[in-house]
Amino acid sequence: MSPTTLMLVLLGLSTVGYYIGRRQAFAVAGPTRKVQELHSRPTYYGALTALWCGIPALLLYSFWLAGEDTVIIQLLVAQLPENIRTLPDVELKLLLNNIRNLVSGNIVSGEIDATQRAAADHYRSLKATSQAALAVVTISTTILATLLVRSRIKATLRARNHVEEIIKYVLIACSTIAIFTTIGIVLSVLYEAIRFFQVIPVTEFLFGLEWSPQMAIRSDQVGSSGAFGAVPVFLGTLLISAIAMVVAVPIGLMSAIYLSEYASLRFRSYAKPLIEILAGIPTVVYGFFAALTVAPFIRETGTVLGLDVSSESALAAGLVMGIMIIPFVSSLSDDFINAVPQSLRDGAYSLGATQSETTKQVILPAALPGIIGGVLLAVSRAIGETMIVVMAAGLSANLTINPLKTVTTVTVQIVTLLVGDQEFDSPKTLAAFALGLLLFFVTLILNVIALYVVRKYREQYE
Amino acid sequence: MNNTQKKTRRTIDIVNQSLARRYRAERRFRLYGISAIVVSLAFLAFLFVAIAANGASAFWQTYVKLDIHFSPDTLRQASLATADYQGLVKKSLRNMFPEVKNRRDKRQLYGLASPGASFQLRKIVLDNPQIIGQKRSIWVPADDDVDMLIKGHIKREGPEESRRLKDKQLAWIDQLIAEEKLEKRFNKTFFTVGDSREPELAGVWGAVMGSFFTLIVTLLLSFPVGVAAAVYLEEFAPKNRWTDLIEININNLAAVPSIVFGLLGLAVFLNFFGLPRSAPIVGGLVLTLMTLPTIIIASRSALKSVPPSIREAALGVGASKMQMVVHHVLPLALPGMLTGTIIGMARALGETAPLLMIGMVAFIVDVPAGLTDPSTALPVQVYLWADSPERGFVERTSAAIMVLLAFLITMNATAVFLRKRFERRW
Repeated sequence: MSPTTLMLVLLGLSTVGYYIGRRQAFAVAGPTRKVQELHSRPTYYGALTALWCGIPALLLYSFWLAGEDTVIIQLLVAQLPENIRTLPDVELKLLLNNIRNLVSGNIVSGEIDATQRAAADHYRSLKATSQAALAVVTISTTILATLLVRSRIKATLRARNHVEEIIKYVLIACSTIAIFTTIGIVLSVLYEAIRFFQVIPVTEFLFGLEWSPQMAIRSDQVGSSGAFGAVPVFLGTLLISAIAMVVAVPIGLMSAIYLSEYASLRFRSYAKPLIEILAGIPTVVYGFFAALTVAPFIRETGTVLGLDVSSESALAAGLVMGIMIIPFVSSLSDDFINAVPQSLRDGAYSLGATQSETTKQVILPAALPGIIGGVLLAVSRAIGETMIVVMAAGLSANLTINPLKTVTTVTVQIVTLLVGDQEFDSPKTLAAFALGLLLFFVTLILNVIALYVVRKYREQYE
Repeated sequence: MNNTQKKTRRTIDIVNQSLARRYRAERRFRLYGISAIVVSLAFLAFLFVAIAANGASAFWQTYVKLDIHFSPDTLRQASLATADYQGLVKKSLRNMFPEVKNRRDKRQLYGLASPGASFQLRKIVLDNPQIIGQKRSIWVPADDDVDMLIKGHIKREGPEESRRLKDKQLAWIDQLIAEEKLEKRFNKTFFTVGDSREPELAGVWGAVMGSFFTLIVTLLLSFPVGVAAAVYLEEFAPKNRWTDLIEININNLAAVPSIVFGLLGLAVFLNFFGLPRSAPIVGGLVLTLMTLPTIIIASRSALKSVPPSIREAALGVGASKMQMVVHHVLPLALPGMLTGTIIGMARALGETAPLLMIGMVAFIVDVPAGLTDPSTALPVQVYLWADSPERGFVERTSAAIMVLLAFLITMNATAVFLRKRFERRW
């Protein structure tokens, strides 16, 4: 029985369990005694049976599937002839991979000999046994559990409380997924990054001025020895983010001010959602637009002005990224400007200030902490933005702050290092995780500060 | 003496003096505000217009009418699947232009029809073997260079060496147009097939199905889990360190760059759990982790907006806490939760970077049929085509973007509609 059908069978059995439990509850209540005398409504007895029927079997099922492969491989290796078993680890892995491919009918590399074929057959039979065993074990578990619960259904069984308890644990489990995601991110990225730092010293990574991650495959090859100084990459990221913020902050802030202080309700109700569309457009669309339209335009303008503009200039990527970030800045600033109490405005007007003076000298200072928080969130967004820079910025890491030159960013490097062939034993691939770790921590720090500032600010006027 | 001076320089005079300047500043400030809005809206309009102008022509495709003789010599019953259909296409082209004799010219002539023409003939013959021995006029897709020329994307002028289409080919094309054997038709291929190296044979359907499977996984996982987490945090959780930690975590995860989730997927789902590369199920898992915070935050605010009186009434008539939540609070909060979920799904649909990390960026011709088939997604297809050098892919990229935006607009419009329809002010 394949795992999918087994899953369906288990779910079906669980449903059957529900009806068995409910019927048993009615039976316990009996024809003469009334249902009211049961502790819970009959559906709760059904639900309890279904949960006890389903949950243990599903847990067993997932653990079995998770561990199945490891156990089968161990059994398989134990059966292999002596000379193969003693092969070095890498070759053994290759061989096992071949056997797996043979089993699933994929293309196999190299010659296939009788031992491999025999091993593949063995693997197949082990797998079949394992699946049959899994089916028997889980189905018998469900049936046993159903019978057990059924025998314990009495009028005094607190079925509702039991069911609610179980559901509550499920809810708690769901809410902790966020924590596990964070732990997962930190651990997975950290693990590969540490392997990277075993080859390349941390100081070289953080302070080195040259970045060329291509490694020579053989030691006698010329050219690329690999240099992992990340400073040019950081500088490129900062340059593009800075250009983006130069575009986004004034435009975003001014539109927020206009929308909240000047615009009529009608204008606001049209303009605000329209501006927010900018945030909903996929970044890959911005990237395509930057590469196809904006970059050539900037290049031609530069040529007319007699400037030497690279075709993948930081300016093009930064400009388009800035446009993308406008709505983040504007909608957050809008919230904070609206949160400033009306009494402050009235006070300023009564002193004779014009609307713009009120805005500049009273409202903006009052809303400033919130706005700064919003801008920090936008910066973290710009640093982590990937598709625009992948499509519109370059690959070569230049140590420059000239916006007309090509620079590269952390995210571009992660993508180029990880798309295509990955070798998890070469610093080239692992460098992506080191960059990822850095990206995660920089954005994390920015986010924590920003969220803290925003929360403090919200409390101030509540 | 002081007195007279004071009389001439009253405060109101100073105010009046500066008034004109202050009003100018006021007008300037207003102008900055309105121009900021105009700039962003102008960019939005420009973006849509540029994409639409670029992509609209991709919905039409140039076809060539070929008179094919399904000759029994080439098509023997035994080997219909592997017969020389390319030969039929070439023969028909030679018959149309009998004056072409030398080999180089012939190659140029064959270049007018798409390599896909032979597959089309093969399908016709396999579907209906009775056709063998007959003559038929069949419209087959023209090569992408011809297509680009007809659509005006490549020029006829300029030195011959640097042109994609040579002088002779241009002459043949003109002749075909004059004989009405070349025309633009609706590009059905674009909506029905997967990727291809030839622009005229490439379609978005494979990517659409890939995105569909990915989003199904995302929806099935993130909606129940997100709602459950929100219900626990909002209705049951005690206020303590642990729940504070969860809250901070959720808020932070919502702002973590999406590419980091891709790294997580690569390290955990592919390397640790050994799930297949390029599969929608892995994409769905990664996007689930990415959209969960959005859904949790939206669901929590939906739960918050249900007034406490509902809860008190339910508890008052003897419902347990769980019954109160499941029977009364959840149904009232559901529209808000659905709206948040749809917006989260729309974000997931447009997300590219994490999918690049888990290998959904391969060249895949087949339309995926399940959760573990290798596939791409719509935004990834846009990225792949944007990288292709052929001119024909530029318009197809824009057209794929239009398809993507159409889906996004539909989803967001549904969300807005739901909010308008079910929003309740208490």
